[in-house]
Amino acid sequence: MQEAITALWGDLLGSLRDLAPIVLVIGSFQFLILDQPVESAAELLGGTALVVVGLTFFVYGLRLALFPVGESLAFSLARKGSLFWLLLFAFVLGFGTTMAEPALIAVTNEAAQIAAADGVIESTGQARDWYATGMRLTVAVAVGLALVIGVLRILTGWSLPLIIIGGYVTVIAMTGLAPPEIIGIAYDSGGVTTSTVTVPLVAALGIGLASSVAERNPMTDGFGLIALASLTPIIFVLGYGMLVQWTLS
Amino acid sequence: MDLVLIVARTFGRTVLDVLPVLSFLVAFQLLVIRRPLPDWQKILSGTVFVIVGLSLFLLGLEQALFPVGRLMARQLSDPSLVGITTSADGSVLWQQFMWLYAFAFLIGFSTTIAEPSLLAVAIKANEVSGGSVHVWGLRVTVALGVAIGITLGCYRIISGTPLHYYIIAGYAVVVVQTLFAPKLIIPLAYDSGGVTTSTVTVPIVTALGLGLAEHIPGRSPLLDGFGLVAFASLFPIIAVLAYGQLAALRASFSKDSPRSG
Repeated sequence: MQEAITALWGDLLGSLRDLAPIVLVIGSFQFLILDQPVESAAELLGGTALVVVGLTFFVYGLRLALFPVGESLAFSLARKGSLFWLLLFAFVLGFGTTMAEPALIAVTNEAAQIAAADGVIESTGQARDWYATGMRLTVAVAVGLALVIGVLRILTGWSLPLIIIGGYVTVIAMTGLAPPEIIGIAYDSGGVTTSTVTVPLVAALGIGLASSVAERNPMTDGFGLIALASLTPIIFVLGYGMLVQWTLS
Repeated sequence: MDLVLIVARTFGRTVLDVLPVLSFLVAFQLLVIRRPLPDWQKILSGTVFVIVGLSLFLLGLEQALFPVGRLMARQLSDPSLVGITTSADGSVLWQQFMWLYAFAFLIGFSTTIAEPSLLAVAIKANEVSGGSVHVWGLRVTVALGVAIGITLGCYRIISGTPLHYYIIAGYAVVVVQTLFAPKLIIPLAYDSGGVTTSTVTVPIVTALGLGLAEHIPGRSPLLDGFGLVAFASLFPIIAVLAYGQLAALRASFSKDSPRSG
C-alpha cells in the first residue's frame, strides 16, 4: 500500500510537471499582457484538475498493468520465437497502443467536428463518430505496419535513412493527389501518434530486438521504430482522405 | 443529467479503446510464450486505473485544454490587442501578431524543455556520441527547434501559405543533413521528432491552430487550422541533426588544432 501511494505520488508530480510550463506561460500572458477577466475560469480550473488526476491515474495504471506485460513479452519474443509471432506481436502492439493513445482520440474528435462544420461529412453524431474512428483505425494500422517494417529492418539491417527518405518522397507525391482538407490533419497525425502509451513499449521492443540479434548495436539499431511510426500515419491518412473522397463522389 | 450521460459515454468508449490491446497481450503471454501472468491482481487494478484515468483526462481535455488553446488564439488575435488587422486590400498583416508569436514560441520552448522523453533521448545521444553531444545542449536545441517550428506554423496560418511547401522544404533540409551528419546520430534525430510532442501539448497546440484559423479573416479551420503539430515534429529532427553536425565539427576541430598549432 505504502509503495502504491509513493508511486501514485510520483506520477502526480510527473503530470504536474507536464502541465506546469503551460500553466506558467498561459498564466503570465493572462495577467501581464491580456489582463482581462477570463469567462468560465472555474470550468477551466476544474478541467485542468481533471486532466492532472486523469493523467496521473492513466500513467500509474500503465506502469502497473500494460508496461510490465508488454515489456517482458517484447523481450522474450525478440530473443526466441518464430518470425511470424514476432511480426504479429509488433503489429498488434503498434495497433493497440495507438488506439489507446489519448492525444489521438482528442485530435480525431476535433477533426471530425471541423469536417462536419465545413460540410465535408454530415453533421450528425454518428457521421462524426464514423469519421473519427475511421481515422483512428487508419492511424493504428499505419503504426502497426511501421513496427513490422521496423522489426524487419532491425533483423535484416536495411538502411533507415533510405526507408525514411523513400517515405518522404511518397508523402510528397500523395500530397499532390490528396484532397486539400486532409493534408493538414495527415501531417499532424505523425506527431500525435507517438506519446504516452506507444513510446515506452516500442522502445522496449526495439532495444530488446537489437540486443538479441548479433552484429546489431542496440544504441543505433534499437532506435528508428518511433521515426517509422511517425511517418507511416501521414501516408495512410492521406490515403484515407483519398478513399473518403472517392467513395463520396 | 447531461453530465452523467457524457461521463458514461466517455467511460464506455475508453473501455473499448483499452481492452483489445490488453486482452491481446494477455493472450500472447498465455498462448505463445506459455507463461502464467506475473501478477494478475496488479494487472487488473492497473487496467481499472488506466480506464478511469483516460476517461477523466478526456473529460478534462474537453473542458480545459481545448477551450484554453482556443481562448488564447482568440485573445491574442483580437483587434483590441493587435490593432487593425487588415490592410487596404483586405489581407491580414502578419507583422501585427507579435504577442501571438511570442506565445507560440514560449509554449513550444517550455513544454519541450520539460518533456521527460526528450531527456531520455538526450541521455542516450550523449552515450552514443561518446560525450560530444551534451545533454543540456541537445535539450535546448530541440526546444528551440520546436519553438521556432510552432511560431513559423502560426505565421503560416496567419499568412495563409500552403502547409506542404514548408513541410516539403523541411524534408529536403533533413535529406541533405542526413548525407552529412554523423551516422550514429541519425536514428536518434529521426526519433526525436516523434517524442517531443506530449499528450498535454498536442491538444493545446492543435486548439491554438484551429482557434487561430477561426479568428483570422479569410482562413478556414479545415484547410489552415492543422499543421502546428507537424511543424513541432519536423523541426526537432533538423535541430538534432544540426547539433550532431556541430558536435562532430567541434570534435574534429579540437583534434586538429594541436597539430596545426
